Amino acid sequence: MTSRRQFLAIACGTVAAGQLYAQLDPNIQAKRKAALEAAIAKVVGDAPLREGKVKLDVPPLIDNGNTVPITVTVDSPMSASNHVKTIHLFTEKNPQPYVITAHLGPRAGRAMLSTRARIADTGRVIAIAELSDGTFWSDTVSVVVTLSACLEDGLI
Amino acid sequence: MARVAVTVPASAKRGEIIEIKTLAQHTMETGFRRTQTGELVPRDIITEFVCRYNGVEIFRAELRQAMAANPLIAFTTVATESGTLEFTWTGDNGYLANQKAEIKVV
Repeated sequence: MTSRRQFLAIACGTVAAGQLYAQLDPNIQAKRKAALEAAIAKVVGDAPLREGKVKLDVPPLIDNGNTVPITVTVDSPMSASNHVKTIHLFTEKNPQPYVITAHLGPRAGRAMLSTRARIADTGRVIAIAELSDGTFWSDTVSVVVTLSACLEDGLI
Repeated sequence: MARVAVTVPASAKRGEIIEIKTLAQHTMETGFRRTQTGELVPRDIITEFVCRYNGVEIFRAELRQAMAANPLIAFTTVATESGTLEFTWTGDNGYLANQKAEIKVV
């Protein structure tokens, strides 16, 4: 037998959930994927994107998506003729795919970037490095997020 | 008041690769969050970070909403000469923060 109090709790919960789902775009997954692909295409252009050289260091299991330590290192001598020009960082499931774009040069000595990002949901994190010879290299890591950043956006 | 912090070694050998860590106190409001009444909280983030070594730009970064609050940026540079490292953060709503650090190269 459902008490009056339980009934109210269930009813309120159902209404709240209904409103939440009403805000959700049914094609959100496809849109996010398209946004990520567009962002990568904007960076890479027509050049081929190859795997390797880049090492993306992200914890595979993230307790709190609001601050995720990320370190990107690129295997490069960082000389005047052969160095990393740019490091781009993308996430798959955030409301917008960009995280950071860092411009380095031969004066960096080592191609290393360390930062902290917000990750909304379980998905891929992608680092892309542009070398001085115009080639693009990438590394992708799949992460599991237990507490999401930007929850109120209704990502789950 | 914009509060920022940088970590730069006080002295280094010539040609040594030094690591620089920077931290800015900022909420990095994404512009995707809503208040309890359903209004969007406007975006307020740091959009650009620049580091200059004796006036020459050695590192620049464009930041987006997916950066965590109080953005930490760590990078490296070669200690070439004694002088000043200058850090500048710029962002939405006229946010501007500056910090300087001295380095002695022996």
